[in-house]
Amino acid sequence: MKKKIKIKLNGKLKTINDNSTLFYIIQKNKIPLAKVAIELNQEIVDKKKIKNINLNNNDKIEIVHFIGGG
Amino acid sequence: MKRDRLIISKKNFISRLIVGTGKYKSMKECAQAIKLSGAEIVTVAVRRVNITNKKKPLLMDYIDPKKITYLPNTAGCFNSKEALRTLRLAREIGGWKLVKLEVLGDKKNLFPEMIETLKSTEILTKEGFKVMVYCNDDPLMAKRLENSGACAIMPLAAPIGSGLGIINEINIKIIRKQTKLPLIIDAGLGQASDAAIAMELGCDGVLVNTAIAKAKKPFQMALAFKNAVIAGRQSYLSGRIKKTLYGNPSSPKTGII
Repeated sequence: MKKKIKIKLNGKLKTINDNSTLFYIIQKNKIPLAKVAIELNQEIVDKKKIKNINLNNNDKIEIVHFIGGG
Repeated sequence: MKRDRLIISKKNFISRLIVGTGKYKSMKECAQAIKLSGAEIVTVAVRRVNITNKKKPLLMDYIDPKKITYLPNTAGCFNSKEALRTLRLAREIGGWKLVKLEVLGDKKNLFPEMIETLKSTEILTKEGFKVMVYCNDDPLMAKRLENSGACAIMPLAAPIGSGLGIINEINIKIIRKQTKLPLIIDAGLGQASDAAIAMELGCDGVLVNTAIAKAKKPFQMALAFKNAVIAGRQSYLSGRIKKTLYGNPSSPKTGII
């Protein structure tokens, strides 16, 4: 059986396969990449490089976009 | 008449009304109100993508950022660290450099925390952002923001969402006299005439959200604000008459029968 890791995605705890990439998370959650910004452990991620970013246990991912506001 | 344009950070705008995109009943209502207001700039907030409900409508599907200038805002940030994080993320979404900085200091009155605001303005300017800064109506603080590299000064009329209108006209007039930067009244307007007054005081524009979004008829209010901003601007440029204590008849005094 594949080793599992725990990550936090927008504040929610998720269990995923070890060695999953950030790209996998984006695809799995059908995130429109052009309309978001991504942070990994409070560091902004270059969206072009997400295929090469492997996730580790306890990683914190934040995916944000624009919503209505004053 | 000479072409009269609002110029922010070398970008020209015909409309002097900036509108917020919050508090509407739906995205559809928001988009329609913006259309009617004639606004070319809208403020937007940066928040987490809803991972569980992917069917939630996206702002960008209703308001095209290629046609309307998005002004990312740090509303809800209470210190410099949060504000910087928010705007760096906003820039990452699609290269937005023109931003609105708003660092609040108190959850009840929502007044700006000016020390944190000043600090953030300096850092953001150094990082290449063009920062439009929400501030209190203090001419001294406005001057310091200008010296820190702000690209527009945005004093409040009254607390955010209060609808009280311009509380301190004198301060706004002093700020107008001292700065060549775009001066935009941000927050606290309640009705269209408040916007006209702001423009007659010489402001370059107004930013309105709640007064339109929460009006009983938001579409009609959007139109009212559009017209009030145009009327106020024209009135300001026309040069008003002097106020006098006594009457001065409009008809000739000669040839009376």
